[in-house]
Amino acid sequence: MPGKYIPSDYLPILIFLMVATAVGLGVLIAGSIFRLKRPYPEKLMPYESGNLPVGEPRYRFSVRFYIIAMLFVVFDVEAVFLYPWAVVFGSIGFYAFVEMMVFIVILVVGYVYAWKKEAFNWD
Amino acid sequence: MQSSYADVARIIPEIFLTSLALLLLMMELVTKKKEFIGFIGIIGVVITAYLTLITNPGRAFSDMFIVDGYSNFFKLIFYLNVILTILISIRYLKIEGVNLGEYYSLILFATLGMMIMASGTDLIVIYLGLELMALSTYVLAGFLRHEIRSNEAALKYFLLGAFSSAFLLYGIALTYGMTGTTNLKDIASYVTQHGIAKNPVFTLSMIMFIIAFGFKIAAAPFHMWAPDTYEGAPTSITAFMSVGPKAAGFAAMGRVFFDALGPIRLDWVAVIIPIAILTMAVGNIIAISQTNIKRMLAYSSIAHAGYALLGLIAGGSEGLSSMMNYLLIYAFMNVGAFAVIIMLRREGFKGEDIDDYSGLAKRHPLAAGLMLVFMFSLTGIPPTAGFVGKFYLFMSAIRAGYTGLVIVAVIFSAISAYFYLRIVMYMYMREPKAEVELSTSAPLGIALAITVAGVLILGVFPSIVIHLAKASLLG
Amino acid sequence: MVPIQWYLWLSVIVFSIGVFGFLSRRNIIVIFMSIELMLNGVNISLVAFSHYLQDMRGQILVFFVIAVAAAEAAIGLAIIISLFRNKATAHVDDIDEMKG
Repeated sequence: MPGKYIPSDYLPILIFLMVATAVGLGVLIAGSIFRLKRPYPEKLMPYESGNLPVGEPRYRFSVRFYIIAMLFVVFDVEAVFLYPWAVVFGSIGFYAFVEMMVFIVILVVGYVYAWKKEAFNWD
Repeated sequence: MQSSYADVARIIPEIFLTSLALLLLMMELVTKKKEFIGFIGIIGVVITAYLTLITNPGRAFSDMFIVDGYSNFFKLIFYLNVILTILISIRYLKIEGVNLGEYYSLILFATLGMMIMASGTDLIVIYLGLELMALSTYVLAGFLRHEIRSNEAALKYFLLGAFSSAFLLYGIALTYGMTGTTNLKDIASYVTQHGIAKNPVFTLSMIMFIIAFGFKIAAAPFHMWAPDTYEGAPTSITAFMSVGPKAAGFAAMGRVFFDALGPIRLDWVAVIIPIAILTMAVGNIIAISQTNIKRMLAYSSIAHAGYALLGLIAGGSEGLSSMMNYLLIYAFMNVGAFAVIIMLRREGFKGEDIDDYSGLAKRHPLAAGLMLVFMFSLTGIPPTAGFVGKFYLFMSAIRAGYTGLVIVAVIFSAISAYFYLRIVMYMYMREPKAEVELSTSAPLGIALAITVAGVLILGVFPSIVIHLAKASLLG
Repeated sequence: MVPIQWYLWLSVIVFSIGVFGFLSRRNIIVIFMSIELMLNGVNISLVAFSHYLQDMRGQILVFFVIAVAAAEAAIGLAIIISLFRNKATAHVDDIDEMKG
């Protein structure tokens, strides 16, 4: 039924969400009101499991991460098209199979290209 | 609903071009001679053109795709554009030091996107074609990876292009929500049957479409990306972008505005008329003060989009055919002008300043003569094709009753003579300043021969293309 | 019950936040994120319409939009990285080689 959907099953989740938010915020606010405030340098230091912090927290990552991430995003999202295809595969049959093979061949060409250009090569 | 093999037969040119582009991408991995990839590309495009001509006209894939005279005519423009672009690129890429095979592959993918835009009769298909074209062109605009101006060109093009395609999508979503379909014809019939033509949401989606296509054809006030992108992009890609995506934008615009938004034609014409006037004004007036020739041609390209909009405003087979005719002529004259600019580029010398053209006629009379023809044509001086194109456009607009608009267009056209003929003046009236060597090559020569022949033949025998365009609309 | 108007208002709000971010922010990455926000705003209304009309087209288009947005993200990041290599900035006001 279009437009008549009543999400009553999600009501407990909504209540849970509200309670969790209230408790979380309440504890933090109560803490900030009642706790003692005596800062000293060691206490203000970032906590790194007891070690002294080394270097800046925001250092630059290697650009290779972005290349891998880009490839992942593209190939991962293209795989999304496989799911609706799998759902209707039974009713369309061989034609759908050929279409998906074409799609995959095009992806493979891109994959081979990225491979040969050494986009996956870490060193 | 199931697609049949008859449907597949209608997209054989597209399938062939896709395979070709993938093949070129693979060839890039194995071959060292990159210009060879370019030649294969040209041969492949010629075969694609042949396949397009022998494809049976008709609709395919549940009315999402159409092969008709209109789409075939635009595809002709795209093929011409891509062939000329490859011809002028071969030497140029070596000079720029980016002689890579991906370049040709990306150009073909962009052309494929344009073909899909011209043939799409469903908003989803048009959107996908547009994105394929746009994504490939973003990369091409930034192809000179080590040059910051090229990066900047790509970034500006990318950001504004993505921004505009979001507007297109919102327009599609609203139209879909109102009519329950994305098919152009079904949208129009739903609108007339249910009388929602005056619904503000539908008007809003129309405005979204105008914004989105306005960006693609670089119409003012959505033109701000064009000057920077045209100046920074590789010159061959500037030539490609100023013809292909613009013509594709007009092709899709013609389909969407006449097929889907036909019932509210008076509304969108009322919005496009001020846009056309503003586009001609911005393009022609700002071009006067430019010192970089690529930037000047960018503004000129904005102005020409304004002229071509007259055909869309006039409408009917007369208006549309004059618009198609004009875009084809524009492909010849604009790529020709860029071919001359590319000739001046050599190692260590940009040749992009208008000053660099001083006294070109003394040293290189042939190059100067060619530039003269292209500048005359861009101005619209007979007996060049540019005059013929403008003449048909203005006539169709007058017959449709937009005489005032045509007077404005003629005035701006006269203003444009100033900056086009300034180049001619520099070439013929001034003393040569620096030593200008030309970097010629056989492919570049062929491209120049094709373009200058096109400009002159269509100028002397104007009826060829306009009849073809009219016939393609009717049959 | 959640009427369709609510979804559409949500979609308008998300889209408008994207437009506002695009126009007002100065960091390229944030501008880029604003564009994604605009696309997602459109996606919300497409899915809402699709459910309301009981028609699959809207959802199919959303699939395509997501895929295109992924490709767009890859290309956008590549352009930003190559710009960053030549000129270490992510601030649009610093990108002014050409005046326009």
